[in-house]
Amino acid sequence: MFETFRLSFFDKTGREFVGFSNYFWLFGDGNFHQAVFNNILWLIIVPSLATGFGLVIAVLADRLWWGNIAKSLVFMPMAISFVGASVIWKFVYDYRGDAAEQIGVLNALVTFMGLPPQAWITIPFWNSILLMIILVWIQTGFAMVILSAALRGVPEETLEAARIDGANGFRIFFDIMIPQIWGTIVVVWTTITIVVLKVFDIIFAMTNGQWDTEVLANLMFKWMFVNFDYGRGSSIAVVIMLAVLPIMIWNIRRANAEEGTR
Amino acid sequence: MTTTVDRAQTVATGAPRTGIKIDAGKLFTHLALLILVALWTFPTAGLLISSLRDKDQLAVSGWWTALTTSTSQGVSRIGTAADQVEENGKFVIRGNVFGTDTNKHLSGFGLTNGEPNAAAPGTSLPMKEGGAITVTDNGSFEWVSDTSFTHTRGPRIFYVAGIAPRFTLDNYVEVLTANGVGRSFINSFTVTIPATVIPILMAAFAAYALAWMRFPFRGLIVAVVVGLLVVPLQMSLIPLLSLYNNIAQTFGAEDGKTYLGIWLAHTAFGLPLAIYLLRNYMAGLPKEIMESARIDGASHFKIFTTMVLPLSFPALASFSIFQFLWVWNDLLVAMVFLGAQESKLVLTGKLVSLLGSRGNNWEILTAGAFITIVVPLIVFFSLQRYFVRGLLAGSVK
Repeated sequence: MFETFRLSFFDKTGREFVGFSNYFWLFGDGNFHQAVFNNILWLIIVPSLATGFGLVIAVLADRLWWGNIAKSLVFMPMAISFVGASVIWKFVYDYRGDAAEQIGVLNALVTFMGLPPQAWITIPFWNSILLMIILVWIQTGFAMVILSAALRGVPEETLEAARIDGANGFRIFFDIMIPQIWGTIVVVWTTITIVVLKVFDIIFAMTNGQWDTEVLANLMFKWMFVNFDYGRGSSIAVVIMLAVLPIMIWNIRRANAEEGTR
Repeated sequence: MTTTVDRAQTVATGAPRTGIKIDAGKLFTHLALLILVALWTFPTAGLLISSLRDKDQLAVSGWWTALTTSTSQGVSRIGTAADQVEENGKFVIRGNVFGTDTNKHLSGFGLTNGEPNAAAPGTSLPMKEGGAITVTDNGSFEWVSDTSFTHTRGPRIFYVAGIAPRFTLDNYVEVLTANGVGRSFINSFTVTIPATVIPILMAAFAAYALAWMRFPFRGLIVAVVVGLLVVPLQMSLIPLLSLYNNIAQTFGAEDGKTYLGIWLAHTAFGLPLAIYLLRNYMAGLPKEIMESARIDGASHFKIFTTMVLPLSFPALASFSIFQFLWVWNDLLVAMVFLGAQESKLVLTGKLVSLLGSRGNNWEILTAGAFITIVVPLIVFFSLQRYFVRGLLAGSVK
């Protein structure tokens, strides 16, 4: 870790000290801007959607007899590798040219509605969203499991009391359940945030950063192991590290606080 | 207070109505969940079904039509004069426009590309080489002429045929043998098993020490471990790689990309989570047992092996599953520390290279992807309980 920090101040072979020039280069680089912009989008969209869907599914599934089966199925993508998931979704987004019959689900839907099919993953901006959907698809199961356990921790008496007072399902959900499990929601959110910062495989397998889908982790991989510029690669790693740092500090604090209560 | 009274009245007077209302709510819940679950399962189902389909069908129709008959156009070159036989004074050429394919069902045929549907099965079309041709619905044709055939180049017959749904394991056979996925499958196991076992062994000792032994800086070490949980492993890739390369140079090896190297790398990346999970679990074990064992004169090692390890089985199991899934599904570490040579490629790396080289051969990609995800899925479904428990215990990383 410290070595990476040191390397980020050196040139591409790691021998000559170059001061901050890697960082100056980085902040002037168009790809880096693109990656930062995309990463911010990822950080906003993926954790919120995954946590939101996870919460909804957890609440719905806990009330039904087949809820456990449903949860297993939603949870399943957690076991699938990012690369496997990429192939699965690449198939969904597949494009076959305007005339041919579409074998990708998305284009089949689009043509069914009478619109022209699109080569989805080459359309800037929307392609990033489509890649995010893959990660949401994977992470929702995680959010759901944690939140569903937290929901079971909400005391039955509280819910009962609310029901007797005439609160409807939505009131109970927003005014009682959400505040009670707020701490867990934050944990889930930050955990997915960390995953998002490190996400690399999906972009690498789907587009390799083409068509404006670059993210920091993939950019770093390119500079480190394709261009073999250890200095620049390291400086990107340091940027990722700095982004994670606040979460790390918060994590240690939380662990210490738990230690105190034990 | 008023609300309770109101409610009581509704219950008394309008019981059937409330009953219906509750049912509607329930129905909505069922429906909403069903839609969500379907959305989540749909992509994977598509992959699985596609991987089992005939590759010609896969390329022309969506997997959701797998159970229906799809129609396709085809062309076949039929026999030359050399194939003719003489029967009752007539000259006949026989054969099948589908070749050996028994899966198709003719719905029409013709002599030009523009009119593949000119004649219905069983009817005849006159040929410009002489005589007339009849094609029946199973594809077999009979070309009969009063005079002897003289053409040396077989004419083409265009046809429209329905392809009955067919499922096959051919794609899997092809991927496993011809595309080197079988080799990668073994590589993945070679990487994954030691990379799961080594960190567990190390972490169990460390976790016990951090949970039950008193020594200076214990709190600090725990804090460092918790902090390390979220450090992106990208931070340590380059230093570790150059370290490996230096060691390899010292021993005169070609490069630092060995299985031992990747085992140790995965061990290092997995250790913080392992220690954290196991320590939390062990610290929760009842204090009284430990203390009475101490009083009876048991050493730390004895307590660890005879009591703590067996009691910690659930935590050990959940971490093993984590580590197994993580290592099996990892792409980055494998690419950096094993490289991209064909002989050392793990499944994830193999799949990426297939995506690059065979990007449109979906029969290969779908089958390859399913082979990649089948092992984690088995582990996942058989040990889901421990996996969930582990997630709940250490919801970081």
